[in-house]
Order: sequence, then C-alpha cells, then structure tokens
Amino acid sequence: MLSLLYLIPLLPLAGFVINGLLGKRFLPKWAISAVACGTVLLAFLLSLGAVFSLNNLDSVASVRGVLEVDPAAQRVTLTVAQWLAGGTGANGAVFTIPWGFTLDPLSAVMLLVVTGVGFLIHVYSVGYMAHEEGYWRYFAYLNLFMSMMLTLVLGSSFPVMFVGWEGVGLCSYLLIGFDYPKDSAADAGRKAFIVNRIGDMAFILAMSWIFASLGSLGFTQAMARVGKLAPSAAAGIGLLLFIGACGKSAQIPLYVWLPDAMAGPTPVSALIHAATMVTAGVYMVCRCSALYLQGPAALTVVAVVGALTALLAATMALRQNDIKKVLAYSTVSQLGYMFLAAGVGAFSAAIFHLMTHAFFKALLFLGSGSVIHAMSGEQDLRKMGGLKKFLGVTYPTFLIATLAIAGIPGLSGFFSKDEILWKALGHENRYGLGGTWFWIAGVAAAGLTTFYMFRLVFLAFFGEGRMDEETKHHIHESPKVMTIPLMVLAVLSVVGGWVGIPKSLSFGADLNRFEHFLAPVFEPAAAEEAHAAASLADGSMAGHEAGSGMGLEYLLMLATLGAVAVGFVLAYRFYRSRPEIPQRLAGRFPTLGNLLANKYYVDELYDAILVQPYWRLCDFLSAFDKKFIDGLVNAVGAFTEVCSQFIKLFQTGQVRRYALWFMLGAIALLWYLV
Amino acid sequence: MITSFLPLVAAVLFAIGAIGVLIRRNAIVILMCIELMLNAVNLTFASYAYELRSMAGHVFIFFVMTVAAAEAAVGLGIVIAVFRKRQSADVDDVNLMRW
Repeated sequence: MLSLLYLIPLLPLAGFVINGLLGKRFLPKWAISAVACGTVLLAFLLSLGAVFSLNNLDSVASVRGVLEVDPAAQRVTLTVAQWLAGGTGANGAVFTIPWGFTLDPLSAVMLLVVTGVGFLIHVYSVGYMAHEEGYWRYFAYLNLFMSMMLTLVLGSSFPVMFVGWEGVGLCSYLLIGFDYPKDSAADAGRKAFIVNRIGDMAFILAMSWIFASLGSLGFTQAMARVGKLAPSAAAGIGLLLFIGACGKSAQIPLYVWLPDAMAGPTPVSALIHAATMVTAGVYMVCRCSALYLQGPAALTVVAVVGALTALLAATMALRQNDIKKVLAYSTVSQLGYMFLAAGVGAFSAAIFHLMTHAFFKALLFLGSGSVIHAMSGEQDLRKMGGLKKFLGVTYPTFLIATLAIAGIPGLSGFFSKDEILWKALGHENRYGLGGTWFWIAGVAAAGLTTFYMFRLVFLAFFGEGRMDEETKHHIHESPKVMTIPLMVLAVLSVVGGWVGIPKSLSFGADLNRFEHFLAPVFEPAAAEEAHAAASLADGSMAGHEAGSGMGLEYLLMLATLGAVAVGFVLAYRFYRSRPEIPQRLAGRFPTLGNLLANKYYVDELYDAILVQPYWRLCDFLSAFDKKFIDGLVNAVGAFTEVCSQFIKLFQTGQVRRYALWFMLGAIALLWYLV
Repeated sequence: MITSFLPLVAAVLFAIGAIGVLIRRNAIVILMCIELMLNAVNLTFASYAYELRSMAGHVFIFFVMTVAAAEAAVGLGIVIAVFRKRQSADVDDVNLMRW
C-alpha cells in the first residue's frame, strides 16, 4: 500500500487531465462527475490504506533509495524520481531534490482531512453546480486543486511542498475567478493571487536560507540538523516561513484576500478557503516545528499574530451582512486560533483544531451554499429569515456546525478549542508576554465567535422571512446529493473531537489518542512544552498540588463556556427577542459601529498606503517612459533626419557634380597619404 | 634622359582630361576626356616601365587598353540609349536619380 503513495496526488491529476481535455466536447455531465468524484474517492481509499499500514511499519521492508521506512518516527518516504539535480552549494552541500512523498502522522491527518472532506465537497458540487456553465471546467480545476493540495501535504522537501503550495494558489485563483465575466470575481481572484505572491516570496527566501545554512531542503534532513542553527538564524528563517504562511492562511496583515475570495462558488469556499488550502500555512509551521523551537522569537511572533488575528477577525465578522463573508472572517479568526496554538508550542493542538475546523467549517459553508441555493442566489442575511421550516436537513446540520464552532461541550470544536486555550495559558516565553494574554484573547474570540455565528443562525433561519414573494415561492430543500454530504459532515463535526478528549474530562484515563498519534512528529515540541508547564508550576502556581492543574483546567473550561454563554445570550437578545438593540447600539456608538461595519477600514488603508502609491509610481514611470525614453528615441530620429537633410543636398543627380566630389576626395586622400 | 619629361606630359594630359570631365556637358566629350585620362596613365606606365626595365608596366598598359575599350563600348551604348529616350546627349539632363 505504501509504495502506491505516489498515486494519491496522481489520481486527481488524471481526473484533471481527462476532464480538462475531454470535458468540454466529449463527456456528458454524469461522466465528468464520475471521473472527478471517482478519482478523489480512490485517493481517499488509498490514503486510508496507507495511514492504516503506518501502524505496523516494522513489517515493511525498506528499499534503498526508493522506500525509506523509519518505524521509530512512524515515517515513510517514497522517492519516485530525481527532480532537481543542481551543483554544489557554497557550504559544500549538494543540491539535489528528489520527487519524494513523505507519510508520517502529521501528513496522515492532513491526507485524510483533505481527501475525505474533499470527496464530500466534490459530491456536493455535483448538485450545487448542476445548472452552471462550465461544469467541466469547474471539476477539472477542483481535481487539479486536490492533486496540488496532496502534493503539498505529502511533499518530502520544501521545493516539492512549494510546487503544491503554488499549485493550490493557482487553483484558488482560477476558482475564485470561476465566474470570470463578472468583474468582482476576476478582481477577487487577482487580489488573492497577488497577496499570496508576497508570502510566496518570503517562502522562497526562507528556502534559500535553509539550504545555505542547513545544506538540505528535505524535511527530515533539514529538521535533524536544526540544532546547529543559531537561534537568531532559526528565528529569521521561521519568520520568513511565517510570512509565507500568513499569505496562504490569511493572517494579519495578509488576510485581506480571503473575504473577497468568497466571490468563488460556495463549495470552493468550503474546500479551498475553509477546510484545506488556507490551513496549509498551519501545516507548514507545524512541519517545521523543530526549526521554530530553535528560534523561539519567531514562535512568539506566530502566537501574537495568531491571537490578534483570532480576535480582530472575529470582531470584523460581527456586522457583516453577506452570509459567506461572516463565514470568511470566521475562518480567518479560527486560523488565528491554530497559529496561536502553534505559537505557544502546542503543535498537535493546532493540527487538532485544523481537523475539527475542517469538518465544521466545511459544513457551515456547504450549509450556507444550500441556503443560497434555496434563496435563488441571494446571499444577504437581511433578506433571509424563517428558513428553518423550509430546509429540513440544512437547518439541523447547520445548527450542529454552529454549536461545534461555538465550542459547546461534547462537539468537536469544544475539545480542540479547549486544548488550545489550556496550552495558551500554560505558555511562558522569555519576552514577558505571558500566556494569560493569549488566553484572554482566545476566550474573547470564542465569545465573539458564538455571538456572530448565532446572529447568522437567527437572521437566516428564525423570525419572519424578509425575502420577496418570488424568492419565497421558490424556496426548496437541496437535492440528496447535496444534503447527504451535509449529514456526513454533521456526524464528523460531532464525533471529530472525540479522538482528542483531554485527561481532565475522561476521569484520568488517557484518551487523547490524537496527541499520541502525532507524538512521533512533535516529540521535541512536547519536551519544550513540558518544560514550559514545569516553569508555570514553579512560578504562578507554586505550592499547589499536581492535581490543581486539573482543577485549573476545569475552571478555564467554565470561563470559556461563560464567554460562549454570554455570546449566545447577547445574540439571542439582539437578533431574536429585542431586534431593535443593534440599531440603538449603532446609534449610540457610531464610530465603533462604522469601524466594525467597514472592517476597520483595512482595505481602504491598504488602498491608501500601498495601492494608490503604486498607481502613482506607475503613472510616474509611464510618464517617464513616454516623455524621457520615447523622447530619447525620437531625438535620435530627429537628429538623423536633420543630418540627412544636409547630406541629401549632395545627391543632385548630376553626374558631373559627383565626379567633382570624387576627384576632390581623391586629391584629399593623396594629400593625406603623401 | 629623354623620358624624364614624359610623366610631366602625362600629368598635364590627365589634368586636361579631368577638367574636361568636370566642365563639359556633352556625354561624348566626357567619354573622350576619360579616354584622355586613361591614356595619360598609360603613358606614365610606359615611361616608368622603360626607365625601370620592367615588363610589368607594359602588361598593365594592355589591361588598361582592354578595359578602356570595354568602357567606351558600354559608355557609348548608354549615351545612345539616353539619346533615344530624351533626344539629348547632355549629362545634366540625366538627373532623375536624386532626392
């Protein structure tokens, strides 16, 4: 099974080639759907098989140069071919990049999430896109995306990962701009692409630095040599990588493209801009955990940016009226959570939240797609309402996802969010930025998340319908091909968290299987964490029993639940029982209201400090080109013409005149020579 | 030496020919002046060949005479063609090739 690893990204690629080449002319819709969904399903089954065979690696024999098995680290690396074979670096390291795929617990989790959720979204798309133009194009892009995402996840070295990294960026651009005749969609696609370029630039610089200082770009080799790196160098590389992650995973200050990316079809938002691609940055940071632990300064930056993003994006979601925009800011905020977790060294918690978030956020997006489908394309929350009685499957599944993201105990979001907050509080770093601040930001974001999610639910599903009669007449539940993926994801949103139940809630039994599964990857991280926890115990909780840690954990859970409850009650009062309150509040605090409604004017700020100066620079360069460069060229032309005006006087057409000049020339030459 | 004044004669002949080419307008006369210049050169060759006891100068004279004959044939041909076209042998009338 493991030697078939290369087929996992290759199958969707085959689907892309088939649908891309034949889809327009030769294939009927059912064949396109079958190819697209079938290849992803096969990839999912292969992934399942591969991940299960990860359990008994001892029985797998290594094949030198092709299949390298490391049972201790639970890692398998399959080398398919030599890709880049370059020269020798300044430090004597040989630059060779094999086309290799690595499967270890970390990539296994990503693999299952990507192929599993990806398959469900493919199936859902069959229903959602049924009446759209460019059906073949959509599925070809979607398959290409799957292929690139799997390359990213499985890549055994930075360059292979980068191929996937760029590939998913390309597919994101193509799919955001899927409705390209519409200017807004085309612009949003370009914005996403350009903002991502900034991050990719940093990624490339980081790769160069890694090769220059560590002599290898393979994850295994490079991470093994991280220890000899100076902390400042490690922090520098880490920061550059993090800028790359910021672009891809929509963190402050590069998050601006994600809300606009909602111009793409809704399943695309679910797959690319919620469940998989945007989590690539988190995955990459976790993949480089050893590097980040070597340079803790970078890790602190990751945590601070993550916490800020989690909090600010949550506030931006408060006053959005587009159902997908709310979810987009929510995604940015939840990604901030993941970076917060990674930043405090809780890498497995970050991946845990990545997984649960993939389930419930994909469900939320697909549910909102179902709502939009029912509303004949309307996305404005102000024109919805009362959809509960029409959408018998969408409503309950959407509610489950909302409860999961809000962190109601027992659902997946609760466990992952709780683990992050617990680890954040226990975090200590040498910059005096205590974990308490991270924890407060996290809890506040949790409260805000509950508020805006229930605001969305109340506005969309409860109350009186605010749509016009025409739309109301057409409201219908989506077909089965769309609702079944919703149900599967709803189940996953509930049980997805049960693989990582913390000790305190399982009566001392060690049920956090998720963390144990990832332990081989994050062993050094775990050691660091233990150290941090120990220092916390020495400091703030001196003299307490070991059991007090658990008591504190209960207390924290209660505090988080309190914030969630406050968020829920406020949402209920604002949008159910006393709908006039938001208006009054906006009237009382107009500045704050405008600030939130306009997302802190960040887009306007970027426009003023980046886009407009750039335009002015372009105008200047254009004028410079037209006036100076063109002027220079024209001056040469004019000079030539003046000269020729003079010289043409000699060409009289009279042979005797020529003879005279000829003779004078001959005499002059003789004069000169003799 | 009897030959010592011959280059001088040749130079005078050449100058007469050159001035003729420059100031005369009749194409036939210009061709004749060119012949004069060529023969001035031939005279120079002959006198120096005699003086230096070398055959190279004599050989060159025959070359020049051959070329001069060809040149005269082509030149007269052109003159006749031009005359047929415009009823004139005046070189100043043939001035189409100008700006």
